[in-house]
Amino acid sequence: MIKLDSITKSFKVAKRSTGLLQATKALFYREHTIVEALNDISFTINPGEIVGYIGPNGAGKSTTIKIMSGILVPDGGKCSIMGFTPWKNRVEYVKNIGVVFGQRSQLWWDVPVIDSFELLKDIYNVPTQEYKKTLDLLIETLELKDIINSPVRQLSLGQRMRCEIAASLIHNPQILFLDEPTIGLDAVSKIAVRQFIKTINQEKGVTVVLTTHDMNDIEALANRVILIGKGSLLYDGKLEELRKRFGTHKTITADYRKNTISIDIPGTTILHWTPEHAVLSIDTEQILTSDVITQLSNKVDLIDVTIESQPIEDIIVQLYKEFKI
Amino acid sequence: MSLYFKYLLILFKSQMQYRTSFWLLSIGQFFIPFSIFAGLYFLFERFGQIKGWEFFEVALCFAVIHMAFSLSECFARGFDTFSSLIIKGDFDRVLVRPRSTFLQVLGSKFEFTRIGRLLQSAIVLIWALNNLPIEWSILKALTLFFMITSGVLIFTGIYMLAATMCFWTVQGLEVANIFTDGGREMAQYPLNIYQKWVARFFTYVIPFGTVNYLPLLFILGKTKGDEILYMLTPLAGSLFILPCFLVWQFGVRHYRSTGS
Repeated sequence: MIKLDSITKSFKVAKRSTGLLQATKALFYREHTIVEALNDISFTINPGEIVGYIGPNGAGKSTTIKIMSGILVPDGGKCSIMGFTPWKNRVEYVKNIGVVFGQRSQLWWDVPVIDSFELLKDIYNVPTQEYKKTLDLLIETLELKDIINSPVRQLSLGQRMRCEIAASLIHNPQILFLDEPTIGLDAVSKIAVRQFIKTINQEKGVTVVLTTHDMNDIEALANRVILIGKGSLLYDGKLEELRKRFGTHKTITADYRKNTISIDIPGTTILHWTPEHAVLSIDTEQILTSDVITQLSNKVDLIDVTIESQPIEDIIVQLYKEFKI
Repeated sequence: MSLYFKYLLILFKSQMQYRTSFWLLSIGQFFIPFSIFAGLYFLFERFGQIKGWEFFEVALCFAVIHMAFSLSECFARGFDTFSSLIIKGDFDRVLVRPRSTFLQVLGSKFEFTRIGRLLQSAIVLIWALNNLPIEWSILKALTLFFMITSGVLIFTGIYMLAATMCFWTVQGLEVANIFTDGGREMAQYPLNIYQKWVARFFTYVIPFGTVNYLPLLFILGKTKGDEILYMLTPLAGSLFILPCFLVWQFGVRHYRSTGS
């Protein structure tokens, strides 16, 4: 469905220098530096997949999305999406994709949402019957009934995002690119958006590529993640694998009756300690969690224990550190 | 084309959300060229004529260029304000929709308040025509029509050139105003009152002369030589938009390879 083969892209960035003299000089002549935005990126995405595309700010996520949606032309490499090369035949190709830029609106600000949908129908030349069917489905699954007649400027961010996603699906695309679809949303809206992405993926078989900084999005939606940093591909595989490979730490929180002896256990680090409460970090490569609990209960009179896996966020932070990105 | 009207409709609806502002701006737009025209009137009051041109002849010249300008500002505003599309990053959105960038940018903005300006120049046009002893024929009426449409195309062409510059630099676009506002101010008088090189510039480079001065000679019956040639000049002038179109395409290609 989507196949990228050693895509590279670099940008020329003007050097900005300080000082009046330098600034005056820059009026006439500017030094440029080449920034490698993407370096040899290859991956294949099959029909019906939901792929989380993650990486820190400036890693090249948006650049990749822009190349895949035909906005940018890469410097090198091949890209084939549904048999098209995105940057050639732009008009023919973009009929098949939907794109949501989370930070920008594609709706007309001052008119009711439904008017925007009608205009998109005309832009994409969707037959009236098909349009009605799609619209009914979208209204139902995204619960748009009450907001569809309000002007966009009166909608909350969450309501607007639901409309944005609906707008990108008016023409029944087979691929959906979501660039930070949950940015700035409250918990309820986030869950609604996730639920909907899942629904269209399962019921219509839409292939979804989404970028996000919210790891909960990834956990809820994507069974595959692609991690990129500084323009290079760092990891491509299941989220579970990622957790197993890098999530080697667990946290134990223990409450016990007043006790002053040290609870030093090999393979653990004490994160926090009081005579009645302790938080330990366990390196599961060195010691089993069950062993830690046994040793703990030998040393103190336990009242309560909670064990937490390392949150995916931490794993990502650790990963970024490990790859020095 | 039908899509263009749909863009027009949705943006008209948007504009109607702000009725007071629409009326105030329209009235303002009525009075801007009004004051310029008043200046022209008093000039003739004092001097009677300029290089053999009577007041109403110059008024016709004025009306044609101002009508073309207001129409172009209304219907090609998308190119005129293109830099905002680039700054907000909305041009990416244009590129992921299966329509030509030209149509989409054109449809991205309309400035309906130019109706005020249009009305003012239309009044001047009618007033001038009523006071000029012109022997009308279908050809002359057609010529007048083409003068205005070609004028719109030339202004649109300049907007497109300025818009294309946005792909390289977002600032410093005031340069384009020399040609739009400046060209308009120059071309509201018959070109032969200026120095030769000015007249040449506005005939062969930015062909404002071809949409009012030259065909006006034909309408007023002042031509020396082949009438048909003068009559056809607006059509020749409208060809100005073709190279602008190519330059625009080139700009889009540049944008897509640099993403800036």
